[in-house]
Amino acid sequence: MIRFTNIYKRFGRLQALDNINLSFSASKSVALIGPNGSGKTTLIKSLLGMVVPDKGDIAFKDASILGSCDYRANIGYMPQISSYPENMTIAQVMEMMKDIRQYNQLDEDLVQAFKLPQLANKPMRTLSGGTRQKVSACLAFLFNPEVLVLDEPTAGLDPVASGILQDKILQETKNGKLVLITSHILSELDDLVDEVAYLQDGKVQFHKQVAALQAETGEQKLVRAMARVMENGGL
Amino acid sequence: MKKIIKYVVLDILRNRILVSYTVLLLVVSMLLLCLTDNGTKALLSLLNIVLIVLPLVSIIFSTIYYYNAAAFIELLVCQPLRRTKILLSVYIGLASSLLIAFCVGVGLPLLIFDGSMTAVLLILVGMALTVIFSALAILGSVIMRDKARGIGVAILSWFYFSLLYDGLVLFLLFQFSDYPLEKPAVVMGALNPIDLGRIIVLLRLDSAAMMGYTGAVFASFFGSVGGMLTGFVLLLIWMGWPLCWALRRFNRKDL
Repeated sequence: MIRFTNIYKRFGRLQALDNINLSFSASKSVALIGPNGSGKTTLIKSLLGMVVPDKGDIAFKDASILGSCDYRANIGYMPQISSYPENMTIAQVMEMMKDIRQYNQLDEDLVQAFKLPQLANKPMRTLSGGTRQKVSACLAFLFNPEVLVLDEPTAGLDPVASGILQDKILQETKNGKLVLITSHILSELDDLVDEVAYLQDGKVQFHKQVAALQAETGEQKLVRAMARVMENGGL
Repeated sequence: MKKIIKYVVLDILRNRILVSYTVLLLVVSMLLLCLTDNGTKALLSLLNIVLIVLPLVSIIFSTIYYYNAAAFIELLVCQPLRRTKILLSVYIGLASSLLIAFCVGVGLPLLIFDGSMTAVLLILVGMALTVIFSALAILGSVIMRDKARGIGVAILSWFYFSLLYDGLVLFLLFQFSDYPLEKPAVVMGALNPIDLGRIIVLLRLDSAAMMGYTGAVFASFFGSVGGMLTGFVLLLIWMGWPLCWALRRFNRKDL
């Protein structure tokens, strides 16, 4: 469904993405993991057209996304650091997004689960980091997109909210959606993901099924399996 | 696109600064037009406001607005919208709010109390300058990532166009006064929208003493009407190029 072909991106002296080749198919949930500054967010942003790659091509459903914008109707994005117009209230932001986007049916499960209607009249600038994350999550899922891109989704969320979000992610994967997650907290990803792509210094070290990874390392937990991989200096 | 413009305009109305700017302009132009017995004098004072204050407010307000709207723009960029449309809508929202402020604050009193051809010209020049300086602001803020630097560039470019440029032209004219300078002077006039605006209005008022060297050359080069028309064509070019450049730059920008 999504294919990255020979993607390069350089920020000044830093080679943020160095010949990335990856492809993801529908109804899978994929974890993008890697140390800080390994290029995960840059990769995600280039999928969303926020970062323009220097070289290479990104295809969404076999059509190149470079210079196009309509494919974004099929992507729900939850950014790591969310930025919203500070003087708008939650309700106004939601209304504005509904106003700007075309949609068939809305998925307001998360809005209800996070009890956002009770906070609807609070301006964005007064919200705590966790509440902002909740708003981001709701907006990502709101338009029922085929692909969900979640950048550090549970950072800043309390355990209850984080649980709600994880259940939602599982449910959407079952509904045939592709979910891309980046996270540092590997223990959370255990039951959540089917595949793991490991990035380091802008390169893909490997992209494997979780089951295959478990078999190779002999570890059941993702944390331990990844630790084993890193100890052995990659696979 | 209409929807984005709507949100931008609503946002600008909500922070009330532009409303107070309108009121301020209205008060100043009413005072000038009602208290001065000589119509031309009032027009000349208003011309100075249009040439100095208007560009300053347009460029500073637009720059600060753009940086404040960075979050909004970032939010829109990951939606199914063309980048060109996003930036264009922000620009149109900004420029039209500033235009409305100018038209209500200066245009309306001018038409009511003066209503001459010169007044109409003055309004057209003011509108052109508003549009040009907010386009320059958008260009500067798209290029500069850093807010302080962006605002600094905005202030410097206003300074350059409204004060420094005349000094530079004079300096060059003195230095090369032994050579025929008509053509270079016309080119130098065309390179500064504020100068162009001044020339257009003064050509109409026919107050050659105030026109300065570039203005006099314009008059002798193109004649009165031809000079004004050329001036407006040049102003149109000034509206276009910063915006085109900003759009091209924005399309390739990493957010």
